[in-house]
Amino acid sequence: MLSDKALNEIHLIKSKYQDSRSCLLPSLYVVQKENGWISPAAMETVGELLSVPDATVKGVATFYSMFRREAMGRHLIQLCTNVACMIMGAERLVDILRDKYGLQPNGTSADGRFSLVIMECIGACDAAPAMLVDADLHGNINENTIMATLDKYA
Amino acid sequence: MEKFLLRNTEHPNSADLDAYIKAGGYKALAKSFADKPSDVIDEIKKAGLRGRGGAGFPTGIKWSFAAADPKKPRYVVCNADEGEPGTFKDKPILEKNPHLLIEGMCISGYALEAEYGYIYLRGEYPHAKVILDGAIQQAYDKGFLGDDILGKGVRFHLVVHQGAGAYICGEETALIESLEGKRGQPRKRPPFPVNEGFLGKPTVVNNVETIANIPYIVQIGADKYSQIGNPDCPGPKLFSVSGHVKKPGVYELPMGTSLREIIYDHCGGITGDKALKAVIPGGITTPVLPADSIDCPMDFVNMPKHGSMLGSGAVMVFDETVDLVKVCRRAIRFLEHESCGKCTPCREGVGWLRSILDRVAGGSGRNGDIDLLLEVSKNIMGKTFCPLGDGAAGVVQSFVKHFRSEFEVHVNNAVSVAS
Repeated sequence: MLSDKALNEIHLIKSKYQDSRSCLLPSLYVVQKENGWISPAAMETVGELLSVPDATVKGVATFYSMFRREAMGRHLIQLCTNVACMIMGAERLVDILRDKYGLQPNGTSADGRFSLVIMECIGACDAAPAMLVDADLHGNINENTIMATLDKYA
Repeated sequence: MEKFLLRNTEHPNSADLDAYIKAGGYKALAKSFADKPSDVIDEIKKAGLRGRGGAGFPTGIKWSFAAADPKKPRYVVCNADEGEPGTFKDKPILEKNPHLLIEGMCISGYALEAEYGYIYLRGEYPHAKVILDGAIQQAYDKGFLGDDILGKGVRFHLVVHQGAGAYICGEETALIESLEGKRGQPRKRPPFPVNEGFLGKPTVVNNVETIANIPYIVQIGADKYSQIGNPDCPGPKLFSVSGHVKKPGVYELPMGTSLREIIYDHCGGITGDKALKAVIPGGITTPVLPADSIDCPMDFVNMPKHGSMLGSGAVMVFDETVDLVKVCRRAIRFLEHESCGKCTPCREGVGWLRSILDRVAGGSGRNGDIDLLLEVSKNIMGKTFCPLGDGAAGVVQSFVKHFRSEFEVHVNNAVSVAS
């Protein structure tokens, strides 16, 4: 289910923590990095590796909004619409993503290229409105520049 | 004022160990090792440093509680979860001055005789994760972390633990739950984390900026440090300013600098020279202030006297064109989303606030809705485990108190359209 590389990473994490349960969040990140999301089967594997009950792993994985529980597009757009971004026009950007890419919040474009998640403040308020595309931060985006920015992600 | 927390951050390689050492870094660590751990705690106490995450609890006192608990091991946890909307003050330290944080953590570990430290970093900062991991590796390689730090036999290990998008984990007991691999739900206090924290052991949780002040205090001494800013809560303070100002960003200024000075002198005034309407001074859950209240000194002592709080020092500025009812609704939507669901008044009540605000902002408000907002918020205030519910109630109460006429315009228009 998980590659040897991912299993090794989880073993390395276990060596850094005082108990195995504390390794749960970092281990779920390893899975997400490898697969793009966390499947029920992957949750079971992580539970076995850390000796944590399956139901507990599910409870934790579903609590945190950044753990994805379904397959995502090739690129993940995390667009902030909290107050600082809202007053700088973030809501218009949501409209553009819907009109131009057919992207709904929590949805994936038909070609599987992008998924969109609406974020609650990504700490880039001095460059509002802002979004993360995968791990890249893009600030001061507007209706005219957002398309060109996204074009770079094939 | 000479910068310390943001010292060197304009240099392109500021995150690199060599650049940090060249700028005088890790000298405070060596200096602290010459003293007994308890002396370091006394010095922090004497300096009067108060926690920079928002609560403003005296750091030295917190440390002495943990040091007085005989249970071992002890843990030091850095709260780098800055999820309070409007807050990005810790980001320049995490991304551009990571060794300052590592040095501060290491001194904290020495003072508390803790051998393990964790940096709980918000998931929304993937770039900071890479920088911190790299800086920690460098510190291990050069003997600033590990089993024999500076050849003095001091042991301290440091791990970055990444959060995953739960605002509530900024609350210290929820953060500890999350660190333990659980859902981030706050714990009942007491027992406090200084006695029963991570894995049931004495744990000190301090904000990034708080930890970053530690090397400064060790370096210049408590006497000199306590002369910076307000003597009742001294030191430098980071302010993250956003919204309608010409130069948004993070500013390091003496504690007690007024909102007016921050907005007009440091940030260049309001964008397009429009009129100022309102300011949220310390992150989204601190009460909003009207334009005529901006002469208040931004510190833990004076802000409550002016009807708000210093919070995280996240200043959000709104010009005359902003619809504050929509701002209030957006803030409450956020808090509804982030309520962990443990306490009924918060879980249900904040949802009701959002529902009423949706109605009012959406043009179908009813007579009595404004008083209903106040009534619901009164039934949340003071009735929850953690401050999230109080925050939501305080947001609504302050917006209605200062800008009731804006709510009335929305409601009156809706009622007149309906009839």
